[in-house]
Amino acid sequence: MSEKQPAVSLRNISKSFGPTQANNNVSLDINRGEILALLGENGSGKTTLMNMLSGIYYPDSGQISIDGVPVSIGSPKDAFEYGIGMIHQHFKLVNVFTATQNIVLGLKEKGRFDLAAATEKVRQICDDYGFDVDPNQKVYDMSVSQKQTVEIVKMLYRGAEILILDEPTAVLTPQETDKLFAVLRNMRDDGKAVVIITHKLNEVKDISDRVVVLRKGEYVGEMVTAEASTQEMTNMMVGRQISLNIDRPDPEMKYRLERIRVKNLTVKNREGVTKLDDVSFVAYTGEILGIAGISGSGQKELLEAIAGLQPVESGSIEYNVDDEQVEELIGMDPLKIADMGVILSFVPEDRLGMGLVGSMDLTDNMMLRSFRRGASPLADRKEPKHLAELVVEELEVSTPSVSTPVSKLSGGNVQKVLVGREIAAAPTVLLSAYAVRGLDVNSSYVIYDLLNRQKGNGVAVIYVGEDLDVLLELCDRILVLCGGKVSGIVDGRTTTKNEVGLMMTKLGGGEDQ
Amino acid sequence: MFEFLISFIPRAVVQGIPLLFGCTGEIVTEKSGNLNLGIPGVMYVGGICGVIGSFFYESSLADSSLINPALGILIPLICCILGSLAMGLIYCFLTVTLRANQNVTGLAMTTFGVGLGNFFGGSLIKLTGSEIPSISLTATSNLFRATLPFAESLGWFGQIFLSYGFLAYLAIVIAVGASLLLNHTRVGLQLRAVGEDPATADAAGISITRYKYVATCAGCIIAGLGGLYFVMDYANGIWANDAFGDRGWLAIALVIFTVWRPGVSIPASILFGGLYILHLFIPTGTDLAVKELYKMLPYVVTIVVLVVTSTRNKRENQPPESLGLPYFRENR
Repeated sequence: MSEKQPAVSLRNISKSFGPTQANNNVSLDINRGEILALLGENGSGKTTLMNMLSGIYYPDSGQISIDGVPVSIGSPKDAFEYGIGMIHQHFKLVNVFTATQNIVLGLKEKGRFDLAAATEKVRQICDDYGFDVDPNQKVYDMSVSQKQTVEIVKMLYRGAEILILDEPTAVLTPQETDKLFAVLRNMRDDGKAVVIITHKLNEVKDISDRVVVLRKGEYVGEMVTAEASTQEMTNMMVGRQISLNIDRPDPEMKYRLERIRVKNLTVKNREGVTKLDDVSFVAYTGEILGIAGISGSGQKELLEAIAGLQPVESGSIEYNVDDEQVEELIGMDPLKIADMGVILSFVPEDRLGMGLVGSMDLTDNMMLRSFRRGASPLADRKEPKHLAELVVEELEVSTPSVSTPVSKLSGGNVQKVLVGREIAAAPTVLLSAYAVRGLDVNSSYVIYDLLNRQKGNGVAVIYVGEDLDVLLELCDRILVLCGGKVSGIVDGRTTTKNEVGLMMTKLGGGEDQ
Repeated sequence: MFEFLISFIPRAVVQGIPLLFGCTGEIVTEKSGNLNLGIPGVMYVGGICGVIGSFFYESSLADSSLINPALGILIPLICCILGSLAMGLIYCFLTVTLRANQNVTGLAMTTFGVGLGNFFGGSLIKLTGSEIPSISLTATSNLFRATLPFAESLGWFGQIFLSYGFLAYLAIVIAVGASLLLNHTRVGLQLRAVGEDPATADAAGISITRYKYVATCAGCIIAGLGGLYFVMDYANGIWANDAFGDRGWLAIALVIFTVWRPGVSIPASILFGGLYILHLFIPTGTDLAVKELYKMLPYVVTIVVLVVTSTRNKRENQPPESLGLPYFRENR
């Protein structure tokens, strides 16, 4: 490669939040016509580093240069002027605005404010790149993938030359991901610089030209993607050798019970839209039942119905204590269901929304499960504190102490606390949704290991996941939802990614005629 | 019936105008994500500042018939604007710069504004040495109440549409202007974005602090004019402590009633004005309790609207999403 000027060069960048050092002395270059993957574990400072490029944060020290010229990016506005556009993990879109209104937001165009002309221009960009977005649709009516598309169109509309995407595939189906990658390759061939923050190694292999690895806020090295193996990348990222294979012990068949029997379950949401339509399945003890589906296909409603949090239209959910005693869960108080050992561990998109209270510390969050226990009118704080310390130690949660508010932890660590607490409740049925959402490789494997241990203990694990690769490696059986209906239940050992992907988008997964 | 309407509508309008000022001001403020519960106090301060200005101007004249029309209007107007602006700046400094709790700050501003108004009102009354506990600014009031010379000759049309002082028309112009600004301009789009989702607006390069300051201060000035209108036009230039009553709260109720639409606030404020004085027109006898029940009407209507809009659950009818929340960019 010739000695061309890097589009952006970062030199000795440092940034800290209070006592936490998010970035320490990081230097790296971003080139035009290249897709750069920024790889690192949770809390390794990838997002913080890129936020300094997009003007959200300001570096404590260090120098950013654009095309060789030293610049100071003090605000997102400055970043736009240098042609830097960042698509955040949490979309920066105003819900009650249309796509076009969001796209023109903050622009200083000369002349009259002409929404119709802007709409036309947006439509033009969509046609050029083959995006499927209605410029006049309100954002709150859009799917996650559509929202992401709006974000990308927004950057293109502004003529961004340097595009940063923070974990763009976390919420996409494989098909949507392929579409996104095609667009990114288009942009690279257009001479734009693309940076993608991710911890999915197969995607790094798939899309990037070069990989830069961060660990604990520091630059540890870079590789040309074509010359590196995923194992090398992982080792560099984690700093030690780890195995990339997920264990899948065979389920115990002898004492197998049909723990949960769901029959003809139909659920409507508050607006009267049918979210689950005639769903029937069985979850066995000692087995991980995976649930696949495009986000919003009824996964959340299904788990909540089992946990007693969701009103049910019709159907039944039976909890099999031992083949003689069978309890009907519908209509039962959620507290009672939880006491029977049906534990819901739901990691919502914003991670803190359900399950944890952001402003409370680790110990207090542990208490949310246990405060009703004991006869004393005073709550027992000793045991939860012990549990918090155990979770921190076992799951390698990086936190200053157990009395730190959970909102101060990075996303992955928050998740570990949540999942750790749920598992500590010794469940008989573990309902887990998006347990590894946004988690890096190392932490994900810790969670998989935990789920497998639960399975070994005879727990019926229901695992709602997004990453098909993981579902295929971890689960014994996979139930595929499509628009609230059961598209099919397949054996995790024999099915293929393609088969499941098709079932997600079409009932029964048939090929197009 | 027609006779009744001709006497009822103009009175509903003059009742409604202070509410319209307060409501428009609060909508502009709330669209920036600031919940300013200090509006009643701001309207008080707007009123008393106008009174102070015109009081000293009138007392500097040998005879109140010598009043210069331009000065007679400009002095109270500018005093009112400066007073409300100061209130807006205090509120912004506390809630935007120092990120204090908006509810607490707003309520404190109301207490402060009402107290300030009554304190200076009381002082001025002392200065006049009069027996009656009020200040009368008839000359200034006449300027504020001036109507077009031919209005009276137009019969019912003149009475319903042309019988008001210039501030009443200004209120309607401001409300229409605010509606256009919010819905059809780039500035309006950006202001709404700040109130809905400041993190998004910030990432789009919009200065959150500037928008919040400007919108809140502009809102306070608009609301303050409502206080000025009340003293100079509605009350015939007579200031008496606590005469303004609970109109400030009614203006805030009106914001919810109109679901944050300044255009709707024009008919809505007149409706509220009508409901406010309905008890004067319906024979209730001497039973004061029944009168008080009628005075409840505007609030009852607001509650009904709240129930209806929240069950209809339309996203556009909800308050700005980050209303009442402070914004700090590096907050995680």
